Amino acid sequence: MKEIRLLSTSAILGYGFPEASLQAGMARAPHVIGVDGGSVDPGPYYLGAGVPFCSVMAIRRDLRLMLRAATAARIPLMIGTSGGAGGAPHLELTARLVREIAAEEGLHFRLALIEAEPPRAELQRRLAAGRIRPLGKLPPLTAEALDRASRVVGMMGPEPFMEALDNGAQVILAGRASDPAPWAAAAIRAQLPPAPAWYAGKMLECGATPSIPKGHDCLLVTVREDGVECEPINPIRRCTPLSIANHSLHENSSPIHHIEPGGMLDTSDCRFDALSDRAVRISGMRWTPASQYTVKLEGVEFTGHRCISICGTRDPLLIARLPLFLEEVRGIVREKAAAFGVAPESYALIIRTYGLDGVMGAREPVQQVAGHEVGFVIEVIAETPEIAAAVLGIARTNMLHTDFPGRLCREGNMAFPFSPSDISVGPVYHFSIHHVLELDDPCEIFPITYEEI
Amino acid sequence: MPSIRELARVCKSKNAGPFDLTIDIVFDDTALYRKVRASGVITEALFARLYGVAAEDVLLTPYDAAMAIKATFPRLVPAGGIGDTDVYGCQQHAPLLDVEIPV
Repeated sequence: MKEIRLLSTSAILGYGFPEASLQAGMARAPHVIGVDGGSVDPGPYYLGAGVPFCSVMAIRRDLRLMLRAATAARIPLMIGTSGGAGGAPHLELTARLVREIAAEEGLHFRLALIEAEPPRAELQRRLAAGRIRPLGKLPPLTAEALDRASRVVGMMGPEPFMEALDNGAQVILAGRASDPAPWAAAAIRAQLPPAPAWYAGKMLECGATPSIPKGHDCLLVTVREDGVECEPINPIRRCTPLSIANHSLHENSSPIHHIEPGGMLDTSDCRFDALSDRAVRISGMRWTPASQYTVKLEGVEFTGHRCISICGTRDPLLIARLPLFLEEVRGIVREKAAAFGVAPESYALIIRTYGLDGVMGAREPVQQVAGHEVGFVIEVIAETPEIAAAVLGIARTNMLHTDFPGRLCREGNMAFPFSPSDISVGPVYHFSIHHVLELDDPCEIFPITYEEI
Repeated sequence: MPSIRELARVCKSKNAGPFDLTIDIVFDDTALYRKVRASGVITEALFARLYGVAAEDVLLTPYDAAMAIKATFPRLVPAGGIGDTDVYGCQQHAPLLDVEIPV
């Protein structure tokens, strides 16, 4: 029976995996190895700023082991959403690391770089042609919002990976890609049906996450025409029907209808059968092709600059009148900032109260502080770093010194763990584009360049 | 009456994209899962009440194959937006833990 074995090393390039797991995984003779290079989950900053959310040291370590393994076994290595967010700088950073490692290790291969950050004019043309639609409750995209975005990427499907494989690439680094796309590409190109191919991708995109105990480690998935088999490589982990079912719920809005570029994976009738105490066979998935091929667009816009300060109180009298106290501090900040020329509408002051509602905010049902101490993150976001720092300075001083009735702690209300107390966090971004773009050719906005390394 | 924290094997929250939060409650016993579903406690209205969203904005999907119930609804603030408290959305499950279910 036709089958393809796919080995994913970890949930994200740079999260790490045991070297022994990679070796044991390679002994299973996989046809392809790979790892997801990024995620939208760490938030809008990484796409906006063009930097990875894993350290270069950690990425380099994982990449070196994978490049060595793939070249020794003469199999493809594929990485989607390179550099954390899959924009042009993220792809270039990952490509630079690959070139450096190859030079250090004397490795040779054909490298494909698949770009996912289309020129803005190109997107404007498609917007004008009515080919960009909003997702969920977002408003339709406007030309102005598209212009204002700091960075916009398209989320590719499997087709650009297949094209790169067809052209003889052995190491494929892609910009923003649907997480399962490289895996689906490998399986579909091996003449396997799209339903198990996409399902395999859903499992592999997170490394050993579908196993227990959860950890950043290697997962082997065997794709056949009638289903997929999942098995973690590390003997300390096991895939069970429950762990697989649990993973099928991961980060999606519906557990049964998974919208992907080019179609929908329907898992409503999936069966999870234990093959052993550590491997599971999943069958019964279906694929419905879409009448129109679409890719998701992700874009972020600059919000402002953020400054924060961290402090805590151990004073029961202050804790007892916390909401009033914070309101007073906000009032004083409003006055004093206005006095040095900063109007209230030109900054956002947020006082996060850990011990009360720091985690759930307005959705927190518990309205009483139960603990003996309360932690605060004082935060200011403003147009410039100078304004943010100035307003934060006033907020910090008044958290420390504002008087209140019955106050005994007359030297200061807050314990600050650091000097300097105020931290400039840098630029802040927000997600502004979460739309879909219709394509006639799945590869048309994802140009591929090849390099002989 | 037993609560979700006693009955479920998993009760977790996470982003489903930057604008939605998704909550999963997973059981490991078919009979128990059926009883929980039949109790009629886990509904769109329950999530609406606990999370302050409109019931029509809650997408509730029972997934029999996984003995799971999933609810997806808008985040309070988009992930990483001004005032967001939980960029990954993974600590928003607690209000469900004490929901009692007559099984």
